[in-house]
Amino acid sequence: MRFVPIWQRHFLVWRKMAATSILGHLADPLIYMLGLGFGLGSMLPQMGGTSYLVFLSAGTVCYSTMNSASFEALYSCFARMHEQRTWDAILNTPVTLDDIVLSEVVWATSKSLMSGLAVLAVIWLMGLSHSALSLWLIPLSLLVGVCFSALGLIMTALAPSYSFFMYYFTLVITPTILLSGVFFPVTQLPPSLQIVSAILPLSHAVDIARPLMNGIVPPSLLLHIAVLLGYTVFGFYVSLVLFRKRLSR
Amino acid sequence: MKLLAIRLSWQKTPAKSLVMWQTAFYKMMSTVIHAQNLQKSYAGVRVVDGLNLDIQRGECYGLLGPNGAGKTTTLRLLLGLIEPDSGELSLLNHAVPHQAREARVRVGVVPQMDNLDPDFTVAENLLVYGRYFGMQDAEIEARLPMLLEFANLTHKRDAKIPTLSGGMKRRLTLARALVNDPDVIFLDEPTTGLDPQARHLIWQRLRELTAQGKTLLLTTHFMDEAERLCHRLAILDQGRMIAQASPQALIAQHIEPQVVEVFGERVAEWAQQQAAQFSQRFEVSGETAFCYVADAQPLLTHLHGHQALRYLHRPANLEDVFLKLTGREMRE
Repeated sequence: MRFVPIWQRHFLVWRKMAATSILGHLADPLIYMLGLGFGLGSMLPQMGGTSYLVFLSAGTVCYSTMNSASFEALYSCFARMHEQRTWDAILNTPVTLDDIVLSEVVWATSKSLMSGLAVLAVIWLMGLSHSALSLWLIPLSLLVGVCFSALGLIMTALAPSYSFFMYYFTLVITPTILLSGVFFPVTQLPPSLQIVSAILPLSHAVDIARPLMNGIVPPSLLLHIAVLLGYTVFGFYVSLVLFRKRLSR
Repeated sequence: MKLLAIRLSWQKTPAKSLVMWQTAFYKMMSTVIHAQNLQKSYAGVRVVDGLNLDIQRGECYGLLGPNGAGKTTTLRLLLGLIEPDSGELSLLNHAVPHQAREARVRVGVVPQMDNLDPDFTVAENLLVYGRYFGMQDAEIEARLPMLLEFANLTHKRDAKIPTLSGGMKRRLTLARALVNDPDVIFLDEPTTGLDPQARHLIWQRLRELTAQGKTLLLTTHFMDEAERLCHRLAILDQGRMIAQASPQALIAQHIEPQVVEVFGERVAEWAQQQAAQFSQRFEVSGETAFCYVADAQPLLTHLHGHQALRYLHRPANLEDVFLKLTGREMRE
């Protein structure tokens, strides 16, 4: 439990700028969701028995959670490790590097949960989902958050500078959003890209979220959870090895 | 091994063995930092090369050396932040790096580069840092007034870090290192970049800590700092310890007691022809000749006759020892 005081530290920093942070959680995903939902939605037929806006809302919860986890695990974590040397200060106390890495995962997950909750709150307020099953999107946000936090830390452990993160966002995150069924069904993609989609963690998250939003228990639920957990364990393990190597210099 | 040998002799002479036992035991208890044949290389370069250290409780011990001598690496090894290639290490009777975490409970660190939390106030920095030691908030808050007083920052309690001067940040970093009331304090170049007023205040605080019985291990490349503060010091060069003693002993052992610095445009010419006649040893660096002498009188008399040369006569100091042992060429 030695990661708890570090989590408290991050929370105290967050509390000082909570207003801007919450705005950030809400503004970007909502602009996309409502803009595309109403704009494109008015020209589109129903999708899978729901309006385009409802279709989009499930994907928005997943990708905004992913974005939030990724930003925290890359930019903010890198600032603490490299620029502010917060990690160096903490390492001089009876806290180990493993505790710090764990605290970063838990904190980035906490932030992404806030992001997921913010979007979900708007969805419920707008009456886009009436099913009690949609409550399961809260633990799902947690799972998506921990998964992309752990994966993002691999990049942070490798990064020489902030500009390095551009590769990850441009070459990994953006294609992931487009290939994971956030904005349109994966079945619209050519078969070769559908195979790529099937291995991306976000598409498994969307496959859980969308049925739940419509009050249906997702098919192959355990498989999707297992994939997300698998990526989490992989990300955490690899980043830990890389951080140990990086900080032992 | 020593304790074992004493135990074997127990049967023969019990009374004498008891005394030996006690002596060995107290020595072990009072040794706070122990390193034996410590080695560490990076990419084939030996940064720490066969270092031995035994630092006693209550001592202020200095590590001196030019840039790249291995001072910071030594501190990181002692704290268990990096693993040695070989050698034996203990800190407060905990084996390092294996039990380094346990040892760090009783250690405070002032790092070379400030890493205070810029988003927090002075008091918040201390509170948040204390929690890393497993301290309760009430426990830390009880120590806050004393820590702020020690750092002369009571009036800055609620100030944000970016508004503090360099000296204030350094003092806060020192107070932060004391939040857990440590037995040992590591200080990596504690006064680098500070103005003279700020340095003197830090020195005063470090002397107070020594008076309280804390053990201090500091690195510096300010000779006056080492000479004033340290009971003992080691001079490191290229990862090796090339000398170790009290500042006074180092000066007495390694260098002639008096120095005459001679300056002037034609000093090089003068030195070549005359300096050897009047001094045990001399060195020319730029437009200054450093003449090391046991008795300065003949040289001073000689210099009176040279209108073009000016001079400064002073007792030998630690910097003379340092430059003699590590050379005058730049280390970059």
